[in-house]
Amino acid sequence: MPESLAITKFSDLANPTRFLGLAARILPWMAGITAILFAIGLYLTFASEGDYQQGMTVRIMYVHVPAAWLSMMCYSVMAASAIGTLVWRHPLADVSHKAAAPLGAAFTLIALATGSLWGKPMWGTWWVWDARLTSVFVLFLMYLGLIALNRAMDDPGKAARVSAVLILVGFVNIPIIKFSVDWWNTLHQPASVIRLDGPTIDKEFLWPLLIMAIAFTLLFFTLHIAAMRNEIWRRRVSAQRRMAARMAGKEA
Amino acid sequence: MIALLLRDLKLSVRAGGGALIGVLFFMTVVAVIPFGVGPDLNLLSRIGPAIVWIGALLSALLGLDRMFQTDREDGSLDLLLMQEHPLVLTVLVKCLAHWLGNGLPLVIASPLLGLFMNMSEVAIGATMLTLLVGTPALTFIGAVGAAVAVVLPRGGLLVSILVLPLAIPVLIFGVSASYAAVEDPAPFMPPFLILVAITMFFAVIGPIGAALALRNSAD
Repeated sequence: MPESLAITKFSDLANPTRFLGLAARILPWMAGITAILFAIGLYLTFASEGDYQQGMTVRIMYVHVPAAWLSMMCYSVMAASAIGTLVWRHPLADVSHKAAAPLGAAFTLIALATGSLWGKPMWGTWWVWDARLTSVFVLFLMYLGLIALNRAMDDPGKAARVSAVLILVGFVNIPIIKFSVDWWNTLHQPASVIRLDGPTIDKEFLWPLLIMAIAFTLLFFTLHIAAMRNEIWRRRVSAQRRMAARMAGKEA
Repeated sequence: MIALLLRDLKLSVRAGGGALIGVLFFMTVVAVIPFGVGPDLNLLSRIGPAIVWIGALLSALLGLDRMFQTDREDGSLDLLLMQEHPLVLTVLVKCLAHWLGNGLPLVIASPLLGLFMNMSEVAIGATMLTLLVGTPALTFIGAVGAAVAVVLPRGGLLVSILVLPLAIPVLIFGVSASYAAVEDPAPFMPPFLILVAITMFFAVIGPIGAALALRNSAD
């Protein structure tokens, strides 16, 4: 029935079957665009001049900064899905924040690892207990806790609702991370791209950074939709297995 | 509500309640530190407030998983969910009872441990005051974790893992206020007032979150 599955408004996406159809159609495109953007971004990254002070290590920025942005955006996506779970009881919202948690943990880990690698030549140390670093580390721990909580429960619906509550309570950390560099003046530099009086970063570095940021964002959404699709399939397989077991029990 | 408060208090003080276990754990944690860092009294007095705070944080986590678990086991959680009072209020009262049973003994025990740590009178007083203000926040944050993990058969460790990251701001401002009271240039009031603000903030967020989680985890 292709007509009945046509998507006319956003809430139609709540139907998992429609979502699967849409995902199958747009995933190859998104993956392709992501690959192209990564190719352009990496080319620009290596073609750009090194910083006069930092030399080659400035190129770590093109991975570190987008990953750090993504680690916060992923949590915001999870918080939006958590509201969807608690308010509208969308089954897709459950799937969405469950699928996003490992991705967020991965991006946070990338941001922490690249930041550490960058910190060694620039600050002379792998790690400092600076406000930004500490709050991002706390974010990483929260992602891991949420994954652990989701895995600890058998009933996916209940696990989704309960972890949605925790996601919303943990959302207080996101503004703390965002403004930590403004509130506490510590080693990590303050925001230099997104600010009211325009970016203070040179154009030479801005363009590769922006393209890498878009590439990372698309990568996240590609992986997120793919993970959601896998989760829906996993639930269908387990539901059918349960049904098969019940049928087998009846026949015997 | 008063009856609920008294009931929870009695349960926590009597045998098997674990209120005294928390204090014992607190003392043990603090007593173990000198074995680790050595019996240097100057060093101990410098890190004393931080040690006492960390000990209090860990022992506050210890009793959290029992907050709603025991009620669930004997069925009274379902009665609490079904009664006419708003669930948020019930949770708030349960938090208060839990704090009176588990948090307040920690605050009372802290001066003694401050003496063990060779802290000055001012530092002991400041630590006790910050603990008095800060431990309710730990209970309120912990209520969310306890409510989330109430359906898990062995949720104890998971509660600690989920709650600790959220409790970090409390620890930061509690310790910095304690230090500010001792060291001259830093003023005592700003971190202390932020600590009060955190406690009030979580006094609102905590019961709402916990009530939401309890409703959703009911079968």
